Amino acid sequence: MVNLIWVFLAVTGIIYAMFNGTMDEVNEAIFESADEAVMLAIGLISVLVFWLGIMRIAENAGLLRGLANLFKPIFKRIFPEIPPEHPAMGYILSNFSANLFGLGNAATPLGIKAMEEMKKINNDSIEASRSMVTFLALNTSSVTLIPTTVIAIRMQYDSANPTEIVGTTILATGISTIGALCVDRFFYYRRVRRNKS
Amino acid sequence: MSVITTISTWIIPFIILIVLIAGTIKKVPTYETFVEGGKEGVRMAISLLPFLLGMIVAISIFRASGAMEGFVALISPLLQILGIPSDIVPLAAVRPISGTAALAVTTDLIKEFGPDSFIGKLASTMQGSTDTTLYVLTVYFGAVGIKKMGDALKVGLLADLIGIIASIMICTYIFGF
Repeated sequence: MVNLIWVFLAVTGIIYAMFNGTMDEVNEAIFESADEAVMLAIGLISVLVFWLGIMRIAENAGLLRGLANLFKPIFKRIFPEIPPEHPAMGYILSNFSANLFGLGNAATPLGIKAMEEMKKINNDSIEASRSMVTFLALNTSSVTLIPTTVIAIRMQYDSANPTEIVGTTILATGISTIGALCVDRFFYYRRVRRNKS
Repeated sequence: MSVITTISTWIIPFIILIVLIAGTIKKVPTYETFVEGGKEGVRMAISLLPFLLGMIVAISIFRASGAMEGFVALISPLLQILGIPSDIVPLAAVRPISGTAALAVTTDLIKEFGPDSFIGKLASTMQGSTDTTLYVLTVYFGAVGIKKMGDALKVGLLADLIGIIASIMICTYIFGF
């Protein structure tokens, strides 16, 4: 499916440019954005190295396990495939906590680590496991509690009440997270049913 | 507000403090462990590069050609029938595809309509309550080499849709037009 989306974006873009007379812009965008992607990946090195270093200490000190234990009752329901004591649970939880506080930079390395651990549970298969899909669903529905970037923009444009949207954001996030879980469950059980028949 | 700002500036140093103290108490060789974990970060960032580059180039072709605007113009009438304000449509359409583009659209909307207008508040809520599905998928699956995504994309996009609809309903109810 990602193959289709990828091709769709590029092909529609190029064909659209033929009729829209924007081929110059497309040409420029190709090389500029490739540059941009390299800068982005290099920029990621600093946060990845820093947070993975710190988190390795946290893991070896048993902090991740402690965190996982704290939330065990909820998370063993959401991720039934993952043994509660597994380091994957710790990384999932730290990823969510980072997202909760709007620390996108710190969340990415933790999310990747969580994925890596889940892949181990899934016998290093190249296929996404059930828990991976659930994890992604929760992540893409966003679990932000304090949208720091948005608040910063609102302040920049002299909002009378920059944090007014925190409440509505939490509500919307809550609904989208619950919705994501339901959608995820729906697709999972559909998969199970299909495999049986 | 000041409480929130204080929390967000204090939280990272505070986490580091706790991890380092706990590590020392548990007799973890802290610095060596840090370096060991960090090495993995370098490898990860490099292996991520082709995934990021491929996706970002395709998205920018789509944007630079004007196809994205065309797409938004195409679905606008339909959304207006559903009572969704047309000014918010570009943001809703862009949010799952590109984080930087979405942030730019949000900033534009806030600048144009004012942060305290209905559109301004709705854009802020929508920006905060959804995430860039395509990016999250690319980075998380790319870094660990997952080739078969299963239902992940469908589930992610539907989650975005739910977040967008929820934002509109909640903002309409709480802030009104």
